[in-house]
Amino acid sequence: MTSMSMIKALNSALDVMMSRDERVVSFGEDAGYFGGVFRVTEGLQQKYGVQRSFDAPISEAGIIGVAIGMAARGLRPVPEIQFADYIYPAYDQIVSEAAKLRYRSDGMFSAPLTVRSPFGGGIFGGQTHSQSPEVIFAHVAGIKTVIPSNPYDAKGLLISAIEDDDPVIFFEPKRLYNGPFAGRHDQALATWAGHPDAEVEDGHYTVALGQARVVRAGSAVTVLAYGTMVHVALAAAQDTGVDAEVIDLRTLVPVDLPAIEASVKKTGRCVIVHEAPRTAGFGAELLSLVQENCFYHLEAPIERVCGWDTPYPHAFEWDYFPGPTRVGEALRRTVNSA
Amino acid sequence: MSLRVRAPSVEDVPDEAARGFHVPCPAGRPGDAARFGDLRLSAAGVVDKPAFDASPASMRDLAYDLIRVLDDEGQALGPWNPQLSPDQLRSGLRTMMLTRAFDDRMFRAQRQGKTSFYIKCTGEEAIAAAAVEALEFGDMCFPSYRQQGLLIGRGYPLVMMMNQIFNNSADPLKGRQLPILYSSREFGFYSLSGNVGSRFPHAVGWAMASATLGSRDVAAAWIGDGTSAEGDFHSALTFAAVYRAPVILNIVNNQWAISSFQGLAGGAETTFAARGQGYGLPALRVDGNDFLAVYAATSWARSRARAGLGATLIELFTYRAAAHSTSDDPSRYRPADEAEHWPLGDPIARLRRHLLATQVLDEAEIETMEAEALALVRAAAKEAEAIGTLGQSPPSAKHMFEGVFATPDWRLVRQRGEVGV
Repeated sequence: MTSMSMIKALNSALDVMMSRDERVVSFGEDAGYFGGVFRVTEGLQQKYGVQRSFDAPISEAGIIGVAIGMAARGLRPVPEIQFADYIYPAYDQIVSEAAKLRYRSDGMFSAPLTVRSPFGGGIFGGQTHSQSPEVIFAHVAGIKTVIPSNPYDAKGLLISAIEDDDPVIFFEPKRLYNGPFAGRHDQALATWAGHPDAEVEDGHYTVALGQARVVRAGSAVTVLAYGTMVHVALAAAQDTGVDAEVIDLRTLVPVDLPAIEASVKKTGRCVIVHEAPRTAGFGAELLSLVQENCFYHLEAPIERVCGWDTPYPHAFEWDYFPGPTRVGEALRRTVNSA
Repeated sequence: MSLRVRAPSVEDVPDEAARGFHVPCPAGRPGDAARFGDLRLSAAGVVDKPAFDASPASMRDLAYDLIRVLDDEGQALGPWNPQLSPDQLRSGLRTMMLTRAFDDRMFRAQRQGKTSFYIKCTGEEAIAAAAVEALEFGDMCFPSYRQQGLLIGRGYPLVMMMNQIFNNSADPLKGRQLPILYSSREFGFYSLSGNVGSRFPHAVGWAMASATLGSRDVAAAWIGDGTSAEGDFHSALTFAAVYRAPVILNIVNNQWAISSFQGLAGGAETTFAARGQGYGLPALRVDGNDFLAVYAATSWARSRARAGLGATLIELFTYRAAAHSTSDDPSRYRPADEAEHWPLGDPIARLRRHLLATQVLDEAEIETMEAEALALVRAAAKEAEAIGTLGQSPPSAKHMFEGVFATPDWRLVRQRGEVGV
């Protein structure tokens, strides 16, 4: 076991998998020699050579298109999209090709690639470095969407994603790359050192896709979150004293419905938190699932705490970013609701 | 050889241009006499053939000339003559005849309501047939929907193609796909989809994977003139050039993308082959209706890829003689007899003439081949129709829920339960 930042944990996942399976290749813009702008692929080219870890042209559509061809041929590509904000040129390849290849060819061809991409805000990145586009992938049949919230899960989930025989979109909360963050922007930055979820096994292990994790058991209200918002939710529970059960979904598709159901049937109340804009965000899907499956157990309306329906602003970072104050208010409203 | 297109000059520009942008129009519309404007053509046998390992810079003219081997009398001329054996020639002619007979039959099947949709490749049969002969069986092909000859030429059972077209209970793709969107890993035919161009970069990725795995196979892809305007064309060429992928990238310039003539993809300004030069790729412009020329160019590009020298762009200059599909009526946007005026003739007629002229076959043998092709198609149709045409014996709806993932997740299990299959 080693205490690792999320970056180191992701790097370790790639290192372990490239060592274990020669079909695994990693590539992206600045992701070869330089090791990626966030250093996640650092050292891989030096260790495994340019055929296994290499730089790509600035062409997200080409990166994913080529990755699909490689995957169909039998490799296990792990292409990187430098920021999730730049994934849209590759969206057609992901939706029209990767997601449908197995289905339309009756399994003769498939695309077992894992698309890695830093996502989310809290970093003063503005419109084009802070987006959370997970819902537009969750909506597409044929792909899985995974989002870790800590180093241990990040490594285990990335290994599971690479081993999965289907295309996986793997969003990495860049705000959490170097330390946990609960939205307390006025405080000194924390690192992952000493955090229990930063204790990472050195070798190969998996965290299963499709399984949520109860991060904080509670009885008053269920909080559904993923990524950075898991930490925000924990801080909000702490600040308000509300006995929240915080669930880290980890996989958005396929989501762990039994875990959600079990929790909401126990607490009778639910708050959903995500950074992405409110309208038609993944919270809308979660809210529908809770309503459909737990209606008669609900004591209060389900609340969503989300980013606003605006492009991600720069100077207004902390007005946009759902922080513990906003989440705490939602918790209080929900538990006080008659 | 001629380069008969004139660049636009100031004298051409009418006053109206001062008030708007240029909108290109084809030379002939319905009611006009069939014309093609200025075509860049070369005589058979006059274009040089460089060594396959020559530098792209040394062969720039090849993107503007037209590589032709067969002249109008059926003689094979010049350095690009691939000197094929009688067996190869017969095999190529057989593939083309079978493709045309298959197309005729399935077109009529659509008109009879036996299927909802069909796409013919009339006039373009040499493109796939020659590729079949020039490529190895293990070379993966990334076709568009107009290279069905690849499957036919490689011996894929016609009845299975028909089962897919009819979406009957023996449909190898389980009813999930529109007719003609075949897939066969075994026969080297990458899964087709209705969106155009997006598989061009897959061929590059496949080829890169082959290279890294130390395999000797080459990938080949086909894209239309119209579709070459898509971004995927550009990303495929960029990656193919950067990584020297062992791939053959073909642009099938058949002059029409549904109702849009090739000028709308930029074909009036320059050739499609010339696009390769911007990426540093060797680029060949080839008479797509000349079986021998297509074979020769494909073989050249394959040798180059096998030698580790990377990709080649080949423009196959041809004409879409029939409609885009059974849903299209070309008399609404081009002269009804335009196909008859195509100056480069018909691929089957031209190879026939060559085989007769060189006495590889006589008329009686050719007639026998045609009859055999018809008989094969008829037999396959009888077998497929007995299983069922569209709607008669559809696959079970359970197949709608399978194949989304390697293993269905809880949503698919639940939804399948709702449907009750």
